[in-house]
Amino acid sequence: MSYPLFACGGQAAETASAGSFPDNREEEVMEDRFQMIGQYLMIRMPEEVDHHQAVILSEKADRYILKEKVDHIVFDFEDTRFMDSSGIGIIMGRYRKIACFGGQVYAIHADSRIQRIIGISGLKKVLHIIEEDGHEQ
Amino acid sequence: MNNREYGNRNEMELTFDALSANEGFARVAVAAFTADLNPTLEEISDVKTAVSEAVTNCIIHGYEGKPGKIQIRCVLERDLLHIEIEDKGTGIADVEKAMEPLFTTRPELDRSGMGFSFMEAFMDDLEVESTPGEGTIVRMKKKLGCEPFIEQEE
Ligand SMILES: Nc1ncnc2c1ncn2[C@@H]1O[C@H](COP(=O)(O)OP(=O)(O)O)[C@@H](O)[C@H]1O
Ligand SMILES: [Mg+2]
Repeated sequence: MSYPLFACGGQAAETASAGSFPDNREEEVMEDRFQMIGQYLMIRMPEEVDHHQAVILSEKADRYILKEKVDHIVFDFEDTRFMDSSGIGIIMGRYRKIACFGGQVYAIHADSRIQRIIGISGLKKVLHIIEEDGHEQ
Repeated sequence: MNNREYGNRNEMELTFDALSANEGFARVAVAAFTADLNPTLEEISDVKTAVSEAVTNCIIHGYEGKPGKIQIRCVLERDLLHIEIEDKGTGIADVEKAMEPLFTTRPELDRSGMGFSFMEAFMDDLEVESTPGEGTIVRMKKKLGCEPFIEQEE
């Protein structure tokens, strides 16, 4: 399967990484991490995905799911240098909210470390990992 | 100066408040403590993940978001890192059950139940000592640095 929307250098990748923000101004910065592209909610994951960030991020994501027509969610790990099991919780929790309407979850720009963490958690059963060329792993 | 001057042993202790804002601080502090051994990037990530899991558990489960102190003790013995992470919170009634993959008592908080599994996967050894009503101590070990230990010249 191919997902041209996620191909490297495509519209999604360009807009999602526009601008860079220091991670300490949590609240305002977090807003810039969310973007609707069609029926897809794009979430640019923070540099450090831990429990502290997860609480703020999940709450914001759920507000989008309630307000907008979110069919599918794309987690973009371009900026992410650290992730623990809280990241797995964020993805699983959001997937549960959209799965009943046939929603899918995708990961883009996940480095080998993040892919390993996703692998150990068994999340690969539902999470589509999209490679740089736009193809599913 | 390096730990070899102290008979190949180096110790540190940290006590901090059980606040989620301290999770990043705790894992970076432990990682920095190992710097003298020139650990690989992979090893640094492994240690950071394991520390983050244990500290997060103290905050969410041990103290259930209420105020409390978390203590970390680290010992480097040559290339072996020992980490102890302790809270004086609720404790765990059934440790074996708690350590099963995907087991969580807080699914409503989006916990995945993978914390202990990650500690096990990324460290060489994991032990959990817990008494309900008294608290929990997580002990982990990891050998660091791929190169064999070589005495440094003056
Ligand atoms: N420090 C602790 N104090 C009390 N209970 C704990 C502690 N650490 C872990 N637990 C218990 O063990 C369970 C499994 O922990 P873990 O594998 O990290 O998964 P999660 O944190 O996602 O629930 C927790 O849900 C909790 O019930
Ligand atoms: Mg945990």
